Amino acid sequence: MSNSKNLDFKSFRARIGDLRGREYWRSLEELSRSDEFDAFFQDEFPQQAVALSRGVDRRSFVKLMGASMAFAGLAACRQPEQSIVPYVKQPQDWVPGQPMFFATAMTLGGYATGVLAESHEFHPTKIEGNPDHPSSRGASDVFMQGSILSLYDPDRSQVVRQTGEISTWSEFIAALQPVLSAAKASGNGLRLLTQTITSPTLGDQLQQFLAAYPGVKWHQWEPVARDNIREGARMAFGSYVNVVYDLTKANVIVALSSNFLEDGPGHLRYAKDFAARRRVRKGTTAINRLYAVEASYSSTGSVADHRLPVRPSQVEAYARAIAAGLGLAAQGSATENGPWIAALVRDLQKNRGASVVIAGDDQPPVVHAIAHAINQTLGNIGSTVLVTDSPEVMPANHLESLRQLSADMHAGVVKALVILGGNPVFDAPADFGFRDAMNKVPFRVHLSSHYDETSLLSHWHIPETHYLETWGDARAHDGTVTIQQPLIAPLYNGRSSIEVMAALIGGLDRPPYEVVRTFWRVKNGAPPAPPETATGLMADDPFDVMWKKWLNDGVVAGSALPPRAAAASTAIPAPQASPQQSGLELELKHDPTIYDGRFANNGWLQELPKPQTKIGWENVLLMSPRTAEKYGVDPPDSMTNERRTKLVHLTFRGITQTLPVWVIPGQADDTATVTYGYGREHAGKIGDGIGADIYRMRFSTAMNGGPGAQVEDSKRGAYPVACVQEHQTIDPRVVGERGIIREASFAEYLRDPNFAHDEEPDPSQSMYPQYDYPEYRWAMSIDMSVCTGCNGCVIACQSENNISIVGKDEVVREREMHWLRIDRYYRGNPDNPEVFHQPVPCMQCESAPCEPVCPVGATSHSVDGLNDMTYNRCVGTRYCSNNCPYKVRRFNFFHYADYDTPALKPMRNPDVTIRTRGVMEKCTYCVQRIMTAKIAAEREGRRVRDGEIVTACQQSCPTEAIVFGDLNDPNSRVSQLKAEPTNYSLLPTLNTRPRTTYLANIRNPNPEIKA
Amino acid sequence: MAERDQPPLHEIRPTRQLESVPDRFIPQPIVEPGHTFATITDHISSIVLRKKTPLGWYLGFAVSLVGMFVLNLTIGKILFVGVGLWGINHPVGWGFDIINFVWWIGIGHAGTLISAILLLLHQEWRTSINRFAEAMTLFAVASAGLYPALHTGRPWFDYWLFPYPNTMAIWPQFRSPLMWDVFAVSTYATVSLLFWYVGMVPDLATLRDRTKNKFGRFIYGMGALGWRGSAKHWHRYEHAYLLLAGLSTPLVLSVHTIVSFDFAVAQVPGWHATFFPPYFVAGAVVAGFAMVLTLAIPLRKAFKLEGFITTKHLENMGKIMLATGLMVFYSYAVEMFMAYYSGDPFERYTFYTRVTGPYRHYWYMLILCNCLAPNLMWVKRFRTSPMWLFITAQFVNVGMWLERFVIIPESLTRDFLPSSWGTYHGTRWDWGMYLGSIGLFLFLLFLFIRFLPMISIFEMRTMLPEAQAHGEEHS
Repeated sequence: MSNSKNLDFKSFRARIGDLRGREYWRSLEELSRSDEFDAFFQDEFPQQAVALSRGVDRRSFVKLMGASMAFAGLAACRQPEQSIVPYVKQPQDWVPGQPMFFATAMTLGGYATGVLAESHEFHPTKIEGNPDHPSSRGASDVFMQGSILSLYDPDRSQVVRQTGEISTWSEFIAALQPVLSAAKASGNGLRLLTQTITSPTLGDQLQQFLAAYPGVKWHQWEPVARDNIREGARMAFGSYVNVVYDLTKANVIVALSSNFLEDGPGHLRYAKDFAARRRVRKGTTAINRLYAVEASYSSTGSVADHRLPVRPSQVEAYARAIAAGLGLAAQGSATENGPWIAALVRDLQKNRGASVVIAGDDQPPVVHAIAHAINQTLGNIGSTVLVTDSPEVMPANHLESLRQLSADMHAGVVKALVILGGNPVFDAPADFGFRDAMNKVPFRVHLSSHYDETSLLSHWHIPETHYLETWGDARAHDGTVTIQQPLIAPLYNGRSSIEVMAALIGGLDRPPYEVVRTFWRVKNGAPPAPPETATGLMADDPFDVMWKKWLNDGVVAGSALPPRAAAASTAIPAPQASPQQSGLELELKHDPTIYDGRFANNGWLQELPKPQTKIGWENVLLMSPRTAEKYGVDPPDSMTNERRTKLVHLTFRGITQTLPVWVIPGQADDTATVTYGYGREHAGKIGDGIGADIYRMRFSTAMNGGPGAQVEDSKRGAYPVACVQEHQTIDPRVVGERGIIREASFAEYLRDPNFAHDEEPDPSQSMYPQYDYPEYRWAMSIDMSVCTGCNGCVIACQSENNISIVGKDEVVREREMHWLRIDRYYRGNPDNPEVFHQPVPCMQCESAPCEPVCPVGATSHSVDGLNDMTYNRCVGTRYCSNNCPYKVRRFNFFHYADYDTPALKPMRNPDVTIRTRGVMEKCTYCVQRIMTAKIAAEREGRRVRDGEIVTACQQSCPTEAIVFGDLNDPNSRVSQLKAEPTNYSLLPTLNTRPRTTYLANIRNPNPEIKA
Repeated sequence: MAERDQPPLHEIRPTRQLESVPDRFIPQPIVEPGHTFATITDHISSIVLRKKTPLGWYLGFAVSLVGMFVLNLTIGKILFVGVGLWGINHPVGWGFDIINFVWWIGIGHAGTLISAILLLLHQEWRTSINRFAEAMTLFAVASAGLYPALHTGRPWFDYWLFPYPNTMAIWPQFRSPLMWDVFAVSTYATVSLLFWYVGMVPDLATLRDRTKNKFGRFIYGMGALGWRGSAKHWHRYEHAYLLLAGLSTPLVLSVHTIVSFDFAVAQVPGWHATFFPPYFVAGAVVAGFAMVLTLAIPLRKAFKLEGFITTKHLENMGKIMLATGLMVFYSYAVEMFMAYYSGDPFERYTFYTRVTGPYRHYWYMLILCNCLAPNLMWVKRFRTSPMWLFITAQFVNVGMWLERFVIIPESLTRDFLPSSWGTYHGTRWDWGMYLGSIGLFLFLLFLFIRFLPMISIFEMRTMLPEAQAHGEEHS
């Protein structure tokens, strides 16, 4: 025991004291990792310690292993201790082995999208959209799907740190007190920096704090800025109002560099509403029409009926031209493409009150103001355009807010800075010098999920909880409130913004549950819950009944902000000095998969091919073929066919970055587009050091780029790029004659609805006898007309089916593993081609070429007609993949699955095998979901109902392009879709008779505009 | 009466008097004049039985050991890490592994053709080359066998391809051409081994009797199976050998036919063609003869075997190479024409890409090697010149490898959906495995020429004019 005298029991106690509830036991394990603890343990309990260090005989080894196996499950029990309420689906209570679904919400850029999180034994494993939530309506996007991996990210920050050293929450609270007293005394020194906040609870806390400390200033910064939208709304409506679109009423939509189908709050809802008016079925008499004016392909532009590639700085002139066409006093109209604009204007005029013009987030406020003015003139406001109060707690111009903060920091005025989330050191505008300014602040606190660039420069770093770990609330794009409920106790002792604010306000360790529930109790006039029921619900309490319903539904009923009567000003400001017309213009966008850089350590999102370029793992400089040639950076085909390209030096306002150039058709000439968010240095093992840091050339005066960029070939030779679809897809001759993409205009469709129809294949032409399907015939229908190529299905599939990521090098070697891919084809003039997105899952052929060639029968025909893979029978000859004409099979060339990282284990879907090296895998139509439904139906002695089985891809799809069901049921949705005249299958001449078929792409071009 | 005194026509031997008959119509002797029974036996057995191993053998064996080292390294790495070390990827599931498999199997064909078909066709000149051609077959099959065994993702489960009784009552899937391959290749290996071994029994007895080494006497004695050269032995031997020849003959056609089914049965454009079996067999024969020439020419020089492997042999092999080379050329033409004539866009595009795509250089090289180079054999000066024959054989060796490259991975890079098109390159591990399998082949070959008679002693003896009368009646 003499040793123990040297032991720092105080620090142990401090650490133990820092832990709560059930974590105590798990955390002993963490404690025991320290050497001093080991020493103590060996001294205190010598016999146990020696048993293992001396080596173990067989008998004790088996005993120990048995115990470890038995207790391994315990580590997995991480049920939150408060009452969380599962979504409507029964069972209401936990049945081992049965997943439960809980409604909560994920925020991105402050705005909430409702999710249903699937939980297996209290680990969330899958994210779905919440059908009751107005921003989701059951759909989910890549960030929602990817967020489950972010939860289990082994690189998440796990401990409070003080200047890099491990510390505790209580020490942080202690350290905070002098700062708070100083702030109370002297006023101005303490600053808060948050991201966009729509949370009513957090808003209330902030107001309380600001009231208690009048000198404190609250700044906001979100790198994917909505300042243009806010300022544009203020120009048009006089205040920071929120604009919500109702696309179900819109016959004509004009997107002015807007990617409303993929970006911004409510995009899933917009995609859903857009598709509802786009779908062509028997009896459809009209569909909507979409015009897009943009520089680089967005999802919106790629599905537009008419798209004009235009330099970003010229979009304003086109907006003015449309306004002028409608009779508004707008100067500075674009002079080119007059007939195009005239036709568009006539279309708008024909659809007064049933049209909408949407300006893009990256366009200056004046474009938004013009869009509002046009909508006002057309009588769309109140019909397709709804104006509400802002859901944000404090709508503000983030750029100005951060500018002021940086200036104050540089001036030494800021004595303490508390940063709640975000990563401003990485993503602040380059000219603010935020990194240097940080060093001038004597006390810096950063709440963040990772120990990132900003944390590194902070005195205190607090690990932030994931949204699935904590209580909170947030508003949707229309203001609807969701109470966020945790599905799992915090994995790494993280704290949420609400907890940090509670500590700032009261200096107390208040659980977020109590804060949120008390806020809503008080707001609804109920008294705060008595302490003894702080964690449980009171069955007879009227508030708790309501609260339970909110948690159950995932929305607070009636909390949407009401539309208000508003009129946009139709006075259009005169144009600024016309921007430089010649030279190369740089367009900056946030990244479609890693957003502003916050998902940089998310392997799924990194590997996900970007929707338009099909490149993963880094940002590239997009240029049109002509422009690349003009600037001498055009990579030869011999490079691009090999997933390689040239590295170029991009210089903008004196800053040079080296990054790969990628030539893409349909890009506006003299425009180079690049996304920011890459180039992280402290993102984690996956995200560090990949891509080019474009924030370094993002200036407060050119947040979205501008003219004056230069590119130069770096002459460094071929550089590998993880592009999963090479340029061959561009060759229209090849694609056209294969009948892969079948498309027509709506007018052509009305004339000949059977344009895509093939002869029925003759089953008797097969060498082998046909199968009977007495029970079910599972099938899928994919509507190409409404697929926007958003990638939601790809990540949903990855998450549902435990699909491994393989890394950039392996993608360059053409070994990506996604079971579902979205093929992209171009048609027409390479300057501005039409784009087609074609999701390709397994076709589940009735005469499957993969089945007869497998020498061991590892892939076989199921009774329902699925091409089943038996992983443990597969020896890996790859013959099936060679013989698959659709190339949907994926081979584990190496041991791609991560069997070892403990943090990732609870994330996996327990219903799906994790594949090993040397095994073929492919889309199964989510056979685990089929089986679950079949078992349920069998137990109840009935057939599986239509719609009871929803595949992961189908569930995520915002446009409901994917429909799955039983062909033996003539009334199922999928049977009816297959009876549509536009139904066709891929490669019908091969007589494979695929179960997955497509509905031909139908667009609605304006007959007045010649293609 | 005078006419009756004339010997039968076929016994007329060319004499000096028949000046007007051009040289090419005069049959060349199979064994150089001057050899006797004793010299033949001495010469061939001394290669094996001499004490001093020539330096050249050590050098060659050292090279083969380097190859073996590379092979073992590659195999070890592949077993530990996975076949991802190779250049295969998602459209291209088969690369060097199957190219080399088909290449080696093809090479093996000459051995069987020489021993079996030429035996049945009474082509006696085959006697000089059949032993090592058969050995070559065997070693080529050994090298070939490495690939299907190791190309699977989980080679430790390869035995699942065999129909062995198991508790789960799971059988292989007999519709798969890979299953047919398993039977075809294993049968081929077994029959080739038996044929080679049975043919060697009398010679092993000769070695047993002549060796002064006790250990050698024991080993050769074991191999000789108690051969004493009795008439009964000879009688049974002749029967067994003939039967085995009969068994092997269909194998020459069937093995490569079935290998070609791996492709023809699949529906990849560029693979799916009904004429693949004869096309592949012709290719196999040309490849095999090229390899026999590649081996025979240096061996003949090194071991002074010009007396046994005469220019006549070389010339005959050159002729076969020309004939089968032209068949291969014709196959290429048919393939191209059918792609065009079928009107099938996929097929057409695949062949269009062969000529114009990223791998066009391979195709041009292929045409040079397999279609143009063998035409040298039209000229007698080339086909009787060991150097030119050797050069031509090298063209064919390379060309046949390229043919499989063009067919196997290249077709996969351009199949049905353009979105899935890809590229293919061998990695260092592909090359390691390829060079390693050549190392294995050479390793076995060097052991063979050092420890076993590379030319059939007793059969060569029958080729002498003094044995001729009997010989003809015997066979």
